Amino acid sequence: MTTAVLFDNVSRYFGAVRAVDRVNLKIAEGEFFAMLGPSGSGKTTCLRLMAGFEQPTGGHIEIFGETAEGVPPYRRSVNTVFQDYALFPHLSILENVAYGLMVKGIGREERRKAAEDALAMVKLPGYGTRRPGQLSGGQRQRVALARALVNKPKVLLLDEPLGALDLKLREQMQEELKSLQRSLGITFVFVTHDQGEALSMADRVAVFNEGRIQQLGSPEEVYNRPKTRFVADFVGSSNVLSADLCRKLGLKASFASLRPEAVAIAPPSDGALSLSGTVASQSFLGATNRVVIDVEGARIAVASPAARGVPPIGSPVTLSFAPSDLHPMEDA
Amino acid sequence: MRSEKANRAPLGLKIAAAVGLAFMHLPILLIFLYAFTTEEKSYQFPPPGLTTQWFAVAWDRPDVWAALTLSVKVAAIATAAALVLGTLCAAAVSQTRFFGRETVSLLVILPIALPGIITGIALRSAFSMADIPFSFWTIVLGHATFCIVVVYNNAVARFRRISGSLIEASMDLGADGFQTFRYVILPNIGTALLAGGMLAFALSFDEVIVTTFTAGQQSTLPIWMLEELIRPRQRPVTNVVAMVVVIVTFLPILGAYYLTRDGDQIAGAGK
Amino acid sequence: MTIVAESIILPERRSTAGRLSDFFWRHPHVLLAILLGPPLLWLGLVYLGSLFALLLQSFFSIDEFSGLINYEFTLATYRQLLTDANLDIILRTVTMAALVTLVSAVIAFPIAYYAARYARGKWKALFYLAVMLPLWSSYLVKVYAWKLILAKEGILTWFFEKLNLLWLLDAWLALPLVGGNSLSVSYTGTFIVFVYVWMPFMILPIQAALERVPQNLIEASSDLGGTPAQTFRYVLFPLALPGIVAGSIFTFSLTLGDYIIPQIVGSSRLFIGQAVYAQQGTAGNIPLAAAFTVVPIVIMGAYLWMAKRMGAFDAL
Repeated sequence: MTTAVLFDNVSRYFGAVRAVDRVNLKIAEGEFFAMLGPSGSGKTTCLRLMAGFEQPTGGHIEIFGETAEGVPPYRRSVNTVFQDYALFPHLSILENVAYGLMVKGIGREERRKAAEDALAMVKLPGYGTRRPGQLSGGQRQRVALARALVNKPKVLLLDEPLGALDLKLREQMQEELKSLQRSLGITFVFVTHDQGEALSMADRVAVFNEGRIQQLGSPEEVYNRPKTRFVADFVGSSNVLSADLCRKLGLKASFASLRPEAVAIAPPSDGALSLSGTVASQSFLGATNRVVIDVEGARIAVASPAARGVPPIGSPVTLSFAPSDLHPMEDA
Repeated sequence: MRSEKANRAPLGLKIAAAVGLAFMHLPILLIFLYAFTTEEKSYQFPPPGLTTQWFAVAWDRPDVWAALTLSVKVAAIATAAALVLGTLCAAAVSQTRFFGRETVSLLVILPIALPGIITGIALRSAFSMADIPFSFWTIVLGHATFCIVVVYNNAVARFRRISGSLIEASMDLGADGFQTFRYVILPNIGTALLAGGMLAFALSFDEVIVTTFTAGQQSTLPIWMLEELIRPRQRPVTNVVAMVVVIVTFLPILGAYYLTRDGDQIAGAGK
Repeated sequence: MTIVAESIILPERRSTAGRLSDFFWRHPHVLLAILLGPPLLWLGLVYLGSLFALLLQSFFSIDEFSGLINYEFTLATYRQLLTDANLDIILRTVTMAALVTLVSAVIAFPIAYYAARYARGKWKALFYLAVMLPLWSSYLVKVYAWKLILAKEGILTWFFEKLNLLWLLDAWLALPLVGGNSLSVSYTGTFIVFVYVWMPFMILPIQAALERVPQNLIEASSDLGGTPAQTFRYVLFPLALPGIVAGSIFTFSLTLGDYIIPQIVGSSRLFIGQAVYAQQGTAGNIPLAAAFTVVPIVIMGAYLWMAKRMGAFDAL
């Protein structure tokens, strides 16, 4: 398997700020890779390092085995879909899409045809004569996608591409991006702060915090077995069990994560672990009820099937869960 | 959901605004009237009669033509210099981060923030210290110095509107620095530069304070007018020239306005 | 199939532009130097250099007998600047500049307020042009227009005559200080022309400041029981103040340095600008002229520093 993007101990400092701090990662060719994290976590800077807008302060970057440091963005076969789309306001849609081909000196007729094909691919055939200002946010997003893909990049970088869209459109675009990526086979590197988006679309996810990768793995791994407290908090809504509770459950780690849906309000069956506490609050979420149990001062959330009913607030309950659902974490 | 009432201005405000605007415009309109008066020796109002004969008289005056030609030449060259320098400066300040950016913008504004007489006398004494004789070029040098800011203000305002990612997008799509300038930056700042250039032209065409210090024996149109103001000799011709000057300066202002009306305003404070 | 064609990194461009482009990309400081060099050379060397040379001269003195400049460091010129006659000039100019600024603000505010709050669409554009055109039209023509208006035989006298108010004009002209033989040779005349010429510079900054006041602040104030007058006093005016200060930088500075208006319309008593002009020209006393220019520079320096502290530069 070819490595599309390689980061070897890459850092990028802005003065005293360590935007990216000794990051190592390997993105395989054809992979749909997500970089997930809160704003300021370094994920966008990593993307910009791949595009060539930033140069690393330290470390080494390779794109398809070639050294990328010192190579300007216009000489990289890597294209970007910008967060604000960055469509050229003075050019028509067709001219926007054909821009990359034009500056490479490709003939007028050839690039017109390629641009029209690209527009058809993103389901905007016949929009070529319009101006960016005349399109909706979703349409602009597709144009930005077509403008990048028409260059047949080896790696496509997407910077929060769905951030500005409303929920419905976002879900639709998620589907389309995924199928587009599968049919083209291009490596997609995708930056987002939306954990649902990252988990549902990506083959692998890197969770960033404070310039470092906290965890890198498949969506299932990151979701079910968060390696650090930060990942447990940021990806979904895992319960974080304190050292006291861990000790009580016979666990050596100082912290452990426990998914709300792995916990049942029921007496423990064979081999299950259990804790007891009182119901602190409850809210109806549709398919499930979110019940918060007070266990010796710690709060543990439980996703309980709505059909099961909920004990009243203040009543004592017993919680049970399988030992395999309890994941020890590093203290970070 | 604002009510109709909240949208209507109080009568007092309307009157105050109308009186203020009238105060600004009536004196200029009066110039137009005086260009047609038959009275030669005084500023008598109302004019005893109306005539167009002074236009013909002014047309035949070689000194007026010489002053006009000089003014146009100076303004054209000063504008060209200001366009180059102002644009370079605006590009540097808005497209890059460097230590002392604030100082540079202050430096650009200084020639108009300080009273014109200071700029004038400073240049004059520098010329005499350096033994540079007064000439066409000393006038141009002075004018370009304060015209830079007009171009700069317009260009900076437009640069600010080009989102940084447009330039990155262009580079990302394979355009090198020169291609990005040619295909993205220039089309986006073009009208702002044109507007800035027009305003710089108007500013230079009209300038008198600095010019009195940097011109030798030559007189630009404003200098010609200033002499007429101090020692009126040709009242009717001066009236006609004043009217022509008003019209000539209005055109670039209107042009600049139409070029920049969507979005940034002309940097009026730049005069 | 060559390796280059398959490469993810496109080959370096052979053309000069391509190579230069790569060079600038790798050395952004060189590009910055090329961009900043010419304007900095022009403004920093030619302009600031001249300014410094001028200021330096204020520390020299003039030899009273030969009329030549004595190039030795001395504060004598500043001592000369601080004589009563010269202090009089400075005081007169600063008072005039302050009054012009104050009255300009009063006239400009309603125009700016109307343009910012009530003018919409086409009217707004019209308002904008109505402010821009007088602001940008020729300085000398504007002064000339007032010479026509203020002349004894001019429109203003005619107007007062028609209204049978000539006695009022005469009574005003009979007053000490502000009066004179006619309006065109009185301080009143100088003042009116100053206000006329510099007032437009006040409007746009105030308008910009007012436009940044969200409508719902006004609504919140009246919702909380504020009368329109109270809303103006406690909400609108404080928020517009940076705009007024920004505008006053122009009216104040421009009045401070003007030497043409008081020369054409006014009494024979000098303003700073005229003093500078006279000292460097007829008197040939460049050191004293230079010392005189220090006055507006110092005043404007202090003014700008204050304005900056009030956040007025954001309204420019």
